[in-house]
Amino acid sequence: MAFLDLKNVIIRGISACVPSTIEENIDLVDIPTLDIDKLIKTTGVERRHIITPGTCMSDLCFAAAEKLIKELNWDKADIEGLIIVTQSPDYLVPATSPILQDRLGLSQNCFTIDISLGCSGYVYGLSTLGSYMQNGMIKKALLCVGDVSSISCSKNDKSTYPLFGDAGTVTALEYCNGAEGMKFHLSSDGSGYKSIIIPAGGHRNKITHESLKEHQLEQGICRSDVQLWLDGMDVFSFGISKAPDTVNKLLEKFDIAKESVDHFYFHQANMMMNERIRKKLKLPEEKVPYSLKNFGNTSSASIPLTMVTETAHKLRSGVNSIITCGFGVGLSWATMQCTTELLVIPDLIYYE
Amino acid sequence: MDIEKFISELADQYDDIDTSGFTSETLFKENEEWSSMTALSIIAMVDDSYSVRLTGDDIRKSQTIQDIYNIVFSKSTV
Repeated sequence: MAFLDLKNVIIRGISACVPSTIEENIDLVDIPTLDIDKLIKTTGVERRHIITPGTCMSDLCFAAAEKLIKELNWDKADIEGLIIVTQSPDYLVPATSPILQDRLGLSQNCFTIDISLGCSGYVYGLSTLGSYMQNGMIKKALLCVGDVSSISCSKNDKSTYPLFGDAGTVTALEYCNGAEGMKFHLSSDGSGYKSIIIPAGGHRNKITHESLKEHQLEQGICRSDVQLWLDGMDVFSFGISKAPDTVNKLLEKFDIAKESVDHFYFHQANMMMNERIRKKLKLPEEKVPYSLKNFGNTSSASIPLTMVTETAHKLRSGVNSIITCGFGVGLSWATMQCTTELLVIPDLIYYE
Repeated sequence: MDIEKFISELADQYDDIDTSGFTSETLFKENEEWSSMTALSIIAMVDDSYSVRLTGDDIRKSQTIQDIYNIVFSKSTV
């Protein structure tokens, strides 16, 4: 069972950037048989910030990184690591992280890695960057996490299009000798890889004329093989069983009292699923914030985005014990607990 | 597991239609209320009551309540 206990690494700050363009779900009238009121109630998604074509996750992360570095008062020359977690990279080749390293003006003495994970990616990214830093050779580094899922969804697919919003986030980690650090539980189940998939465009299935054509799968679900497929039933069933399970495993392994945790940040999948997870874990509403209503499911960015939009004032002051839990595409799921103190959190950035 | 109890638990997931006539042979997707939301409610009920993880395929290949009951039964450890 994959547990990690990383010492000497703390989160110093978090920033988030969303596109300024807002799409209201109530205005969606193009999809046949879509009962939009019911869908909004079940998913909890009222509106989403979506990019205009051409904008990439790295553009959102660039804006978020610049502002965070400034407010942290960090010298860019001291930043020695940059990890990007995304499933909507700028290019198929090369990785996006070296491009962002250069664009931010970070030194060449900076390692960069791309990680291809979605809903669980924030927690996995923290575990990867934390592992690099825990011995103190690298003192300051950035975790850039985000997705622009809106462009991968068919506008004629009610199972994806009204759900996904776009966002880019940056989390600053710092070496801090003696700090309690971060504790993790990490899991995978690739047997469910088809539950959330873009079937064509990689090397298994190349893009062809045929793969670009949209097909009607059922009423209200029309999409091509280069667009996102989501088996809502599979994912729902997976989420309500594995998310509570991984949180409980972490609490048990490290003997953490549930009551001692101030905030539980779950991946923002949809309201029906998230509320079931909250109730299964018997968590009070006030400890489980949601950004779903105004931002939708922002894939890998959903946890840090929720931290910024829903609880910035609490995290900026005092000490908070937090749990983050991501679950979804892969299938992959993970939980992290840490204590934060006086986080630097710039106000949400809007990308024009 | 008890099929009568299961039928009543499954019927509870419908709000609008009359489910008093539900039997093991009822085609539970062939009614005007059925939607993907009903499917999620049934998946949640099965998770709650039987700790069984139904997949999308399990729902898609089931026609009658007996079909879905058999799948839950085969996956159940209770």
